[in-house]
Amino acid sequence: MGSASYVYLRWIGNKEPEEGMLEEVKDRTQSVFEVPARIMDTNERPAGAFDPARGQYSSTKILRWVLRDVPVDARKVVAITDGDLFIPVLTFVFGEAQLGGQGAVVSTARLRLDLRGLPSPSPLFRARLSKECLHELGHTFGLTHCGFSRCVMSRSNTVPDVDAKDWTLCQDCRKLLVELQKRTGDEP
Amino acid sequence: MTKQKTRILVVDDEEIVRESLAAWLQEDGYRVEMAPGGEIAIERMRSGQWAVLLVDLKMPGVDGLQVLEEARKLQPDASVIIMTAYATVDTAVKAIKMGAYDYLVKPLRPEELSSMMERLITQQDMMRENILLKRALKQQYSFRDFLSKSDKVQAIFDVAKAAAGSASTILILGESGTGKELLARAIHEESRRKSGPFVAVSCAALTETLLESELFGHEKGAFTGAAFRTKGKFELARGGTLFLDEIGDISTKLQLDLLRVLEERRFYRVGGTEPIDVDARIIAATNRDLRKAIDGGTFREDLYYRINVIALTIPPLRERKEDIPLLVEHFLERLCIETGKRLEGVSAETMDLLMSYRWPGNVRELKNILERGAVLVRGPIIEPADLGLPLSEGDEGQEGAESLREMERRHILKVLNDHDWNITRSAQALGIDRVTLYHKVKKYNLKEEEC
Repeated sequence: MGSASYVYLRWIGNKEPEEGMLEEVKDRTQSVFEVPARIMDTNERPAGAFDPARGQYSSTKILRWVLRDVPVDARKVVAITDGDLFIPVLTFVFGEAQLGGQGAVVSTARLRLDLRGLPSPSPLFRARLSKECLHELGHTFGLTHCGFSRCVMSRSNTVPDVDAKDWTLCQDCRKLLVELQKRTGDEP
Repeated sequence: MTKQKTRILVVDDEEIVRESLAAWLQEDGYRVEMAPGGEIAIERMRSGQWAVLLVDLKMPGVDGLQVLEEARKLQPDASVIIMTAYATVDTAVKAIKMGAYDYLVKPLRPEELSSMMERLITQQDMMRENILLKRALKQQYSFRDFLSKSDKVQAIFDVAKAAAGSASTILILGESGTGKELLARAIHEESRRKSGPFVAVSCAALTETLLESELFGHEKGAFTGAAFRTKGKFELARGGTLFLDEIGDISTKLQLDLLRVLEERRFYRVGGTEPIDVDARIIAATNRDLRKAIDGGTFREDLYYRINVIALTIPPLRERKEDIPLLVEHFLERLCIETGKRLEGVSAETMDLLMSYRWPGNVRELKNILERGAVLVRGPIIEPADLGLPLSEGDEGQEGAESLREMERRHILKVLNDHDWNITRSAQALGIDRVTLYHKVKKYNLKEEEC
């Protein structure tokens, strides 16, 4: 990968991110994937991704926008937004990633709320965000969904699904990650 | 099948729709490809196998329902899911009637799509397992192409397999249509002579002179019209098996000739002087009661003992009704391939009817009746009306041996009258060969004016 050595976490939300939130995701990224991570400071926001009819943002369009401007030393870029994301076939998505690619996008919108629609405590919300960022990042490294429900790579369709899993990779996914990194030359 | 092996084709004219859906499915580990329209989807179906097709309903040109229609022909095992943002009851009903697995209204909740995909893959796995299981069962119940789960026939298989390894002459007994030739072929295939020819001759179909020449061949000029030297079936079966069908029908003169050949293991062509060694395993068969024929003086006892080294009696289908569902499935599977129709099976009513019918023409009749059903059926399930079976045959077990003969007599007469006494067509309808039908007509003294 040459000089591409960092995982960038890029805030692209409408509001300011919660204090210390991105740092927490950064720490967990470094710990789980054993790669250096950085927070990308930029004021640019994606245009044309908002769908007024749905009141949501197209995750695919945001992903395309993110990939247009990637730092030269970036291995991966995970964009984080407070906008609610969707793909046309589904009512919403927590995030979207390029499988085995460079980019991913994650939304905080639904992770803040519990099933009744009430705000969750900040530590719980931050844990959810870390899990979803690590999950989408795992996809960019080539990992697909894991059948072990506690693994961070297991599919989450609801907030309770996110709460049910840990923010770490199971042994199988860890082994697979090493294997995939060897195969693609995408090693730290 | 694992998700990694499940191939999915996403068909949608909108790039962002197909790409985002494909990416979502890829995250689950599916192998996903995309087609930007109906025409390309059909091309892709011609060149590859797909487990699932996710198809948008409204597309310019070839729409989702047309893709579904083509998929039913090109990829009958694939599950097709129709997606639309503008659902109507009519199109939903139409899609499901045309064989769509599901009809999805966009947008769906993620868990709905996830669980539908899981359900679908599980179902496909179960179907595959089912097929493998059935195949294994079929193998367990078969001796080469002869299928039966009945204990009686399984016992015959055991003897036949043991006999196949020997050089002994085998006598196969059984009613017409029970599969005597099929069993003979199975024995041949199982024997050391399997690389040699299997030569079958129907002794009842030919006159005495013709049969003699047919069996032993003739020298040039042996009789009027014998312009060339011709090899007989005994010579043609060299290194293989000679199957003498309907041996109970041959003349007493030929019985004697045959006895000599079997004893001396050599024969002469008609008009020939050079002896020729017999190098063929002999399997004889008949639907006649040879014991009775011996008592009646029409069959030589010494020939009977010569051919009856190992006797295998195939029970009629009415005595092994447990085979009917197995045979129905087997024949329908073959008919699906032959006719290109997608037949799922027979209805419960049809199966009841098939189970209660007496099957005078045995397995051959069952095969013919299913063939008729496969031609006439409009949907995937064969109903009683598609078969044309006589309904009066249902009350089995209440009649004795005499009335069974009477029933057969009446049934044959009815079929003959239905077909204006055309022997070929009547024999086909009865599932028996023409020679057997002639025998039955003679046996029951049937006449055309009788109604």
